[in-house]
Amino acid sequence: MSRKPFYLIVGLLMALGIGLSVHRHVQFEVPWTPGEQRQVWEVEAVVDFTALGDPVKVDLALPTHQRGYRILTENTASPGYGLSFLQDERGRRAQWSTRDAAGSQQLYYSVRLLVTDNDRQQDVPLPPLRDSTWESPYDTAAAQVIERAWARSADPYTFARELIRDFTEERQGENARLLLTQFERTPLLVRLLNQAGVRAREVSGLLLEDGRRRQSLTSWIQVFQDEQTWDLFHPVSGEQGRPDNLLLWETGGRAVLEVLGGTNSRVSFSMITHNQPASAAVRNELADDTLLNFSIHSLPLEEQAIFQTILLIPIGALVVVLLRVLVGVKTSGTFMPVLIALAFIQTTLPTGLIGFLLVVSVGLVIRNYLSYLNLLLVARVSAVIITVIAIISIFSVLSYRVGLNAGLTITFFPMIILAWTIERMSILWEEEGPKEVLIQGSGSLLTAVLAYLAMNNPWIRHITFNFLGVQLILMALILLLGNYTGYRLLELRRFKPVTED
Amino acid sequence: MWALPKQLRSRGIIGMNRRNIRYIGRYNDRRLYPLVDDKLKTKLLAERHGITTPALIGTVTTQFGVKHIREMLDGHGGFVIKPAKGSGGKGILVIERVEEGRYIKPSGTALSLDDLERHASNILSGLYSLGGSPDVAVIEALINFDPYLSAYTYEGVPDIRVIVFRGYPVMAMMRLSTAASDGKANLHQGAVGVGLDIASGRALRGVQFDRTREDHPDTGHELASLAIPDWRTLLVLAAGCYEMTGLGYLGTDMVLDRDRGPMLLELNARPGLAIQMANGEGLRARLDLIERQPDGASVEARVAFAQQHFARRGELQPAGEPAPLAGVAASA
Repeated sequence: MSRKPFYLIVGLLMALGIGLSVHRHVQFEVPWTPGEQRQVWEVEAVVDFTALGDPVKVDLALPTHQRGYRILTENTASPGYGLSFLQDERGRRAQWSTRDAAGSQQLYYSVRLLVTDNDRQQDVPLPPLRDSTWESPYDTAAAQVIERAWARSADPYTFARELIRDFTEERQGENARLLLTQFERTPLLVRLLNQAGVRAREVSGLLLEDGRRRQSLTSWIQVFQDEQTWDLFHPVSGEQGRPDNLLLWETGGRAVLEVLGGTNSRVSFSMITHNQPASAAVRNELADDTLLNFSIHSLPLEEQAIFQTILLIPIGALVVVLLRVLVGVKTSGTFMPVLIALAFIQTTLPTGLIGFLLVVSVGLVIRNYLSYLNLLLVARVSAVIITVIAIISIFSVLSYRVGLNAGLTITFFPMIILAWTIERMSILWEEEGPKEVLIQGSGSLLTAVLAYLAMNNPWIRHITFNFLGVQLILMALILLLGNYTGYRLLELRRFKPVTED
Repeated sequence: MWALPKQLRSRGIIGMNRRNIRYIGRYNDRRLYPLVDDKLKTKLLAERHGITTPALIGTVTTQFGVKHIREMLDGHGGFVIKPAKGSGGKGILVIERVEEGRYIKPSGTALSLDDLERHASNILSGLYSLGGSPDVAVIEALINFDPYLSAYTYEGVPDIRVIVFRGYPVMAMMRLSTAASDGKANLHQGAVGVGLDIASGRALRGVQFDRTREDHPDTGHELASLAIPDWRTLLVLAAGCYEMTGLGYLGTDMVLDRDRGPMLLELNARPGLAIQMANGEGLRARLDLIERQPDGASVEARVAFAQQHFARRGELQPAGEPAPLAGVAASA
């Protein structure tokens, strides 16, 4: 009998689980530990304009995922306006529209951004080379400026640097001064770069500084070395490189804000930053509906909370398998300890332990009396269920009266499971005596406590909730344990006498 | 206190995990389990295969039928009420004799008819069966066990567990009930296990609660002299259960009746590992040897093979004189 298919399945599950987890870690920057702090920026853009009483259409460029920043969530506030998000290869835009609006209008857009250390350059479409004709005398001026910078440069970057430097205050030649009287600096520079055969465009970015209000976007020149690589140049200082706190807002070469049906339009930005636990930051992440991003986080919050618990059950099961297969602990009911451990999570451990012992011991006494009544099994267990409910109610009320609010959490115990536990223990007591009850009872409690400690561990909670691939790894581990033919720990003690002669 | 895994392995001790995966999982087809998990089915099957079992007095299948237990029991002396699907000796009630409408257990405790009816009712509602499923109560005649053995046991009927692997009897032990085990022959309840030599049926070694014993804790009788009469017949009967059930790894529980000789009491598709303790030897070497044997040997040939290869000398020292062999005629 070949075990090959078995190991193949285990290997596949393992590889798939690890792969999915690593993918999620790398692609979505979900951290391995819950304690990691991540910086989050909240940026708010306010669009102000005066509406003329006609239909209004407002078009605002929006940021996208980019090097160093990842969009978590975005919100808008714009009562009375229809809103749609548009996306093409040149970027994302929000479009507000309304049939009639008059007077001062304000539209809000806010975005939460996660600061990441992902330094992959995002792909942006290459800007077209625009041919432009200059009027005299600007044509000669432009040609001379280009020629001068060209002679002192070696490649697009150095050319851009030299060109911008020629337009800075102290080195401004006559040609530059002449051109600046007629054209705006940034579009002019882009136009000159294009003329020299260098692909470039104007982009707008926001310099993030904590607590700043009423900021506006700054212009930058994006110069392409080749199709993939580009860099930013400051249009005034000629400095090359992108500052770490620069959030690129518009990179498609279009206007940041376009307002139809309004005047005096402007957009201003305010921003704050704060640190928050990475797990919380991740939880708020926008869900992209792809198969690989199959994530519990795309569910509504309430369902997420339920899944947080459900995804812990395999951990409890693993603990049970470990204790039974490797140690040989006897429990009353195979997975009863897992359910008790789930209840412990709600009640906290000391309250849970006291509550469990109280309910089971009082239940055993009452069950002992029930056995004299000679009832049919199902009726008797039902009677025990009602007894358990009664015990739980009495304890809740008593502890509340005494002022112990912790006692109220006793209601989280799975009552039907408790009833069956009492029934089984009671039969065990009659048939095998109190010793066996003690062994199985403490075995169950030990398993429950260990399962609780595992399931309540912040790191394990984080890992199981954020990495679904872990479930596959758990599956593989449990399959492997199911194939273990070695001795159990307690068997080493049990069979000890055989080795003594 | 603790043994090293290496020590156990060198003695060929089989652990629970290995038993489950390597033997039960591989040789016992789950489809066949009902044959042994239901004692009534086993009994009827055994009758068809000519394997002797204790006489069936009757069965109780409905709660209504519980009220007719008394009529059923009329004219019978001792009897046993047991759940057809019970496990681990649960729910087995032994009544040794009936006196003036009182039912006397081997311990001397008297039960009323009401107690009996309640017990039967509990069995029907599934109290003792696996998973609590509804069950049937089986009532059998009490075995008149061989008086030769009475010195070795306290109350209850001593039974003989033989592990049958692929039809070969590989290891055997006798289980002697004690006061601690309440007349039941279950080792974990405190019965004494005595390892038996497959070749001769003589005692090899005794254990109680997993610790070595030289004598019976209640009767004080030394165990070394124990030898099972009619041993070969018993082995043939046990080995025949392989053909009867098709289960490759089987625990057969046999009893010795004064008049009818060895009888099959019940079968177990998941026999325990305590037999290794009673024999002071692991099962591994014997199972490995049997696994190398080809299929298709006859029952007689298998028993002969086992007797030849698994012969062993006892570890117990006979007290003073040589063991009394008078009642042990058929052992060779």
